[in-house]
Amino acid sequence: MLEVANLHAAVDGKGILNGLDLAVGPGEVHAVMGPNGSGKSTLSYVLSGRDGYEVTEGSVRFRGADLLALEPEERAAAGLFLAFQYPVEIPGVTNMTFLKHAVNGLRVQRGEEELDAMQFLKLVRQKAKALGMSDDMLKRAVNVGFSGGEKKRNEILQMAVLEPAFAVLDETDSGLDIDALKIVAEGVNALRGPGRSMLVITHYQRLLDYIVPDRVHVLAGGRIAQSGGKELALRLENEGYGAFADRAAA
Amino acid sequence: MAATAQTVAQVRDLGKYKHGWETEIEMETAPKGLNEDIVRFISARKDEPDWMLDWRLKAYRHWLTMTEPSWAMVDYPAIDFQGIYYYAAPKNTEGPKSLDEVDPELLRTYEKLGIPLKEQEVLAGVQGAPKVAVDAVFDSVSVATTFKKELESHGVIFCSISEALQNHPDLVRKYLGTVVPYTDNFYATLNSAVFSDGSFVYIPPGVHCPMELSTYFRINAKDTGQFERTLIIADEGSYVSYLEGCTAPMRDENQLHAAVVELVALKDAEIKYSTVQNWYPGDETGRGGIYNFVTKRGACRGDDSKIRWTQVETGSAITWKYPSCILQGDNSVGEFYSVAIANNAQQADTGTKMIHLGRNTRSRIISKGISAGRARNTYRGLVRMGPKALNGRNFTQCDSLLIGDRCGAHTVPYIESRNRTATVEHEATTSRIGEDQLFYCRQRGIGEEDAVALIVNGFCKEVLQELPMEFAVEAQKLVGISLEGSVG
Repeated sequence: MLEVANLHAAVDGKGILNGLDLAVGPGEVHAVMGPNGSGKSTLSYVLSGRDGYEVTEGSVRFRGADLLALEPEERAAAGLFLAFQYPVEIPGVTNMTFLKHAVNGLRVQRGEEELDAMQFLKLVRQKAKALGMSDDMLKRAVNVGFSGGEKKRNEILQMAVLEPAFAVLDETDSGLDIDALKIVAEGVNALRGPGRSMLVITHYQRLLDYIVPDRVHVLAGGRIAQSGGKELALRLENEGYGAFADRAAA
Repeated sequence: MAATAQTVAQVRDLGKYKHGWETEIEMETAPKGLNEDIVRFISARKDEPDWMLDWRLKAYRHWLTMTEPSWAMVDYPAIDFQGIYYYAAPKNTEGPKSLDEVDPELLRTYEKLGIPLKEQEVLAGVQGAPKVAVDAVFDSVSVATTFKKELESHGVIFCSISEALQNHPDLVRKYLGTVVPYTDNFYATLNSAVFSDGSFVYIPPGVHCPMELSTYFRINAKDTGQFERTLIIADEGSYVSYLEGCTAPMRDENQLHAAVVELVALKDAEIKYSTVQNWYPGDETGRGGIYNFVTKRGACRGDDSKIRWTQVETGSAITWKYPSCILQGDNSVGEFYSVAIANNAQQADTGTKMIHLGRNTRSRIISKGISAGRARNTYRGLVRMGPKALNGRNFTQCDSLLIGDRCGAHTVPYIESRNRTATVEHEATTSRIGEDQLFYCRQRGIGEEDAVALIVNGFCKEVLQELPMEFAVEAQKLVGISLEGSVG
């Protein structure tokens, strides 16, 4: 599904990723853990194509295509979704309107017919209901005045509606209390399936109690310092990132 | 929602400015230039009463003593007022009784614009939709007026001002020039001398006008300045909502448009006046665009009367426009909701004046300015509290949104208070379209231009939601179209 090879990336001329390798197969959920400043968010922005994140070396293949050659909206149409660490507010634009533009934007790019108002409404209501979100939340402006938990849940709603093949969850647990974390994790788990892969980026192990990964990678110094099964996350929780940071620097 | 989705399609379909063509209809024109004979010619063509001609001539003579104002934050080459045609009308306009009698070429023009005259099915698209009466002004003469019967049954008069001069001269004479006198300003005075046509509306006492009144017009003949004159009177306890919208064909020479709109609201009356303006803004350097120098003013003459201006200004090379309210009656209310978009080389200097004269008068100003490209966008507003405007209140909010780093936004508020009991509030913000907002949209699959349209529509929502439904749809599309190419 996703193959990252020898990825180097810089922000403002400063190298952040230094030869990152990563392969995620169909239906797999991988966790990327790492200390602050290890390049976790840079990885998510490089994959999604944000301006200012410059790839200096390496390649990313996504479902057989050269991901790095695509514009952000084309990557979305190819099936890539990023759940933002800090979801952005768009005043005056309702969640409903935003989602409709997103759904039909993707459909048009894929050469599919746009959904009409009724089809769309039905789709969104059904997804929102499954996530326990009220109609009221759909009518509010995108993320404006949302609590931290509501913002993250809103990201998951977007993911549910857009049905991506590959989702990157960038610190989805940050700023959530334990109840909100459970709700969000349940939403994510409901979307797991053989056709959908996920990359769960997190600082803490606790999210992985709820979203159990197939593989865990430790990111340190801009590359994968170690990979393992879900037990690696527990080890990190006990031992801290120090040992890995040293190894990456060596 | 359907509207914003349509924006996508619209933005995709349109080239640079799809409304740029010229309809080939024979024109009957007066010679170029302006003198007393031209004023007499215009008046004679319209078979006007003597007092009307006298008024025009007084205006013309006064105009000769005036100089063009230069205080607005706009630049343009000197206008050759002798190089303009002051009268042009489509031929064969001897009062068509129905759409069948209207020149098919003209109907096709409206169709191209997506503004057919068959108002119900086209403007609303569904059964049971609100009715909209359309008094279409093609160049200078009204060529088709519909829904007259139903309006007449309520005693509402909705016709061209030429017709009103024939059929209701006393009403016209009583109110014309009482809000914008012929001495008012350079362009209004010019308009008073040479106005070609426009709309006239009278709502009798106690009548709630049964439908939205709507005028669509476009400038069409080459080199023809257009001098609209509109007069709307809402008698005691009446209500009317009036819509005005327009697009113009592409051309090379700058075109002058100097309209005057006067509104009179008597005791307990309410007038809502909405505009969507999409005249040709010129090419990317501003060449060939319309000069829009308009005087719009409403008088809340009676107690408890109310006037609301709502405008979406996306077109024209230069916009110079300050729809204003004179709050004479006690407890009267004036409102101004504005979206002004300037892209490429467009220049907009627009705002409002709220003149508080009566007691407990209130006004509200919500202005949203969007600048992109190398455009200049200025909000200029005056709030004046007179000595007798006890407990007068004003709230003003001016928000500016910048796209790119070569455009400019200016806010120039003038506040004058001559009594201690008045309250005036002014809030202003300036922001930039966020890279984070654009990226968020694009990550979700929304293309860059659609994302800009979406974000800007959100920014303008407070104003757009004040528009009647059928206009809000058109306005949302325009927001998308007019910002085409402003990013990336």
